[in-house]
Amino acid sequence: MSDTLAPADEAGVVAVIQAAHAAGEPLAIAGRGSKAGLLRPVQAARSLSAANLSGITLYSPSELIIAARAGTTLAELEAAVAAKGQHIIAEPPDFTALFGSVQPQTIGGIVAANLSGPRRVAWGAMRDHVMGIRAVNGTGEAIHSGGRVLKNVTGLDLCKLFTGSHGTLGMLTEVTLKVSPAAEQRATLVLRGLDPARAIVALSAALGSPYAVSGAAYLPASQAGFIPGIGPGAVALVRIEDFAPSVAYRTDRLRVDLAEYGSAEVLDDPTSRIVWAAIRDAAPLAGMSGAIWRVSVRPSRGPGVAVAVERAFGAAWFLDWGGGLVWIAGPATAAAHDAVVLAASAAGGTFTLFRAPETLRAAVAVVPPEPAPLARITRQVKAAFDPKGILNPGRIYAGL
Amino acid sequence: MLPQPAPSTRTLDRRDIIVAGLRDLLPDDGVIADTLRLKPYETDGLAAYRQVPLVVVLPETTEQVAAIMAFCHAEGVRVVPRGAGTSLSGGALPMADSVVLGLMRMNRILDIDYADRCAVVQAGVTNIGITQAVAGQGFFYAPDPSSQLACMIGGNVNMNSGGAHCLRYGVTANNLLGLKIVTVDGEILDIGGAHLDAAGYDWLGLLTGSEGQLAIVTEVTVRILRSPEGARAMLAAFRSNEVAGACVDSIIASGIIPVALEFMDRPAIHACEAFANAGYPLDAEAMLIIEVEGSVAEQDFLLDQLKSICARHDPISLKVSQSAEESLAIWKGRKGAFGAVGRISPDYMCMDGTIPTSQLPHVLRRIGEMSASYGLQVANIFHAGDGNLHPLIMFDANDPASFAKAEKFGAEILTLCVEVGGCLTGEHGVGVEKRDLMHVQFSEIELDQQRRVKSAFDPGWLLNANKVFPLKGLAAA
Repeated sequence: MSDTLAPADEAGVVAVIQAAHAAGEPLAIAGRGSKAGLLRPVQAARSLSAANLSGITLYSPSELIIAARAGTTLAELEAAVAAKGQHIIAEPPDFTALFGSVQPQTIGGIVAANLSGPRRVAWGAMRDHVMGIRAVNGTGEAIHSGGRVLKNVTGLDLCKLFTGSHGTLGMLTEVTLKVSPAAEQRATLVLRGLDPARAIVALSAALGSPYAVSGAAYLPASQAGFIPGIGPGAVALVRIEDFAPSVAYRTDRLRVDLAEYGSAEVLDDPTSRIVWAAIRDAAPLAGMSGAIWRVSVRPSRGPGVAVAVERAFGAAWFLDWGGGLVWIAGPATAAAHDAVVLAASAAGGTFTLFRAPETLRAAVAVVPPEPAPLARITRQVKAAFDPKGILNPGRIYAGL
Repeated sequence: MLPQPAPSTRTLDRRDIIVAGLRDLLPDDGVIADTLRLKPYETDGLAAYRQVPLVVVLPETTEQVAAIMAFCHAEGVRVVPRGAGTSLSGGALPMADSVVLGLMRMNRILDIDYADRCAVVQAGVTNIGITQAVAGQGFFYAPDPSSQLACMIGGNVNMNSGGAHCLRYGVTANNLLGLKIVTVDGEILDIGGAHLDAAGYDWLGLLTGSEGQLAIVTEVTVRILRSPEGARAMLAAFRSNEVAGACVDSIIASGIIPVALEFMDRPAIHACEAFANAGYPLDAEAMLIIEVEGSVAEQDFLLDQLKSICARHDPISLKVSQSAEESLAIWKGRKGAFGAVGRISPDYMCMDGTIPTSQLPHVLRRIGEMSASYGLQVANIFHAGDGNLHPLIMFDANDPASFAKAEKFGAEILTLCVEVGGCLTGEHGVGVEKRDLMHVQFSEIELDQQRRVKSAFDPGWLLNANKVFPLKGLAAA
């Protein structure tokens, strides 16, 4: 077990990183470590944790802005905004079950990993709603980017660069998010018995309608049973969230517009909440042993990826984001990984080895390698923040 | 007037060689080198700043852009990328020693995919051109900067352009999927694609709004959205800026996010009404244009709620549009604001700070005081939902003292925006205009961090030089 440092303020983070920089010692950067099983394992004698950087520092509901120290739990943040009838727009997932973590997720960790739920397809990813960050880079300098306003193009957008950088450019100490009013009501249309390709055509029709669909997923028969309230058989799911009269109207219109794909049932608000939380958290796959991948492709290519991996190694899978996000589970072997990589690249998309035993994560490329000129820029940007390469070395790419 | 450093004499001395080298890479009409024909490229939307460039090149393909960049990189020549030249911050202002790389001939729409809701377009396609290409199928491209008839998507990407509807649909960064870029040394790279959330660092996010500092954008994959069933606007007039500001707070707190929520102060109302005859209330101190979307019944539902919220703030008048024509008239004044102010003043400067919306009354009061002390009129237009403030400072460019005062006034407003928790620019970019104000918002350590990121892409600082980053300290990067 590595030695964990958990400073209580940004100055403490600065001190730890300055010392590590001076000594050239690597640090494993984490929120509370709930997603330590994501991407490549980090070799570092010491960990720097955000566990003690906690608390909401600003919440202005009428300005749609909330700021919190990086180690604040996602649950605390969600409770605070829910109390004012608002929500975190990208619907960040709860992957504690998927990763078998006993630690709660932190907002810093969610931002550092850029993890978004079903609403991403319509309302953007976490990265779209990070309005400001404070961070400490690899030489121990505290920096900020963005701010606490919703529109800001002043200087290079380091908020975007840090979001999804997995602690390799700096330790996030505080993040500021745009939030929005939570819908008054939600409903879900269920289309049964469609094959994956036809289901995605139906979901595309729904997402291409004027009815502001905020979720579009497909579960094959083998996975639908894992979602409470869905019943047996393959299902295509379409979510509407808005004021109650709008939900009623749009649900009716979509049932008519999608009639050629079958007669849609409608799930009520409480059932919809349960169903979409399960999809958000990849609940159908979370309990399976072995490896889990996420593949992102243009939506029409999702079914092809699913069929390819099912044929290659009997993968379990389901589709979110209108078909654009393919969740895949299978054996934690290099052969299965190669099949995922092949399917993703054939579809012109991207992949992430999302959960796997350390041996596999250390042995393969967990995200697609970059072409040489871009890989060179990546190394130079990494060096611009962390010249000695001490922050989460090897987390995304081997040797970086 | 911001000072610019002296041009590289080595480059100026070698102009003939550089022009000849560029002619080898492009068709005859792709290189502009004679003085008269260079003149149109000397400025952009920040017309007070002018500089004829060394030479202009007008490539038609990404491969030509790559060849130009490889050549300029080898020759150590600076490059200024340019779309339609509508930047209000001087983002496309040439330097005497720079090659202007104009992307306007790259104006083809390469692919439209309605099922996957995306389109691939070249950098020189206009913003409105994307929407026009997909409107027949009921789709649109969401960001709608005021210059959308002219401005090009490549420029939108580089400035992360916004518009009046970003409260609902986000800014450019939120509506992109992929880019094709050319690096400073002429490598062609694909960033992202037609899928969401590429793994690895978010190059798409970093490049968006990078103001031509990192790479040349030649193709853009944008998200296209299905148009709403309809939209309708209402107009609410109030007795003070404070009351109008409080009404904005009440609207957001109610859980309604209008697709647009625009604020105009008294001078802006008067200027726009004189220009557009939109029926604006001339007795009001402040006015809101509020727009909602959906079916007619959905519009009615939202507008009824908005009316009752506004009614709680003692409005002078409330007018809900009854038709598409009336909505158009309500918007006509707002969209014509720049032209309207141009009619009552020989020149104006359009500022672009963002503030926390709660600070609006305080900021407008302070701007009023500054206006009196500088002796220059100002009209304020504000994207109220997202805090983006556009003071239009009126001055006379033929009077150098008036221009100098206007620049100082503008700098003081932007400094105030930062002081109250906001920022220097919400959607126009830093460019030349706000370059030397960057210290107000960022520490030297933070600026150096950004400079190192710039250097990671462009070690020789050849791309869009002398902009964004304050010149002082340049040597340290």
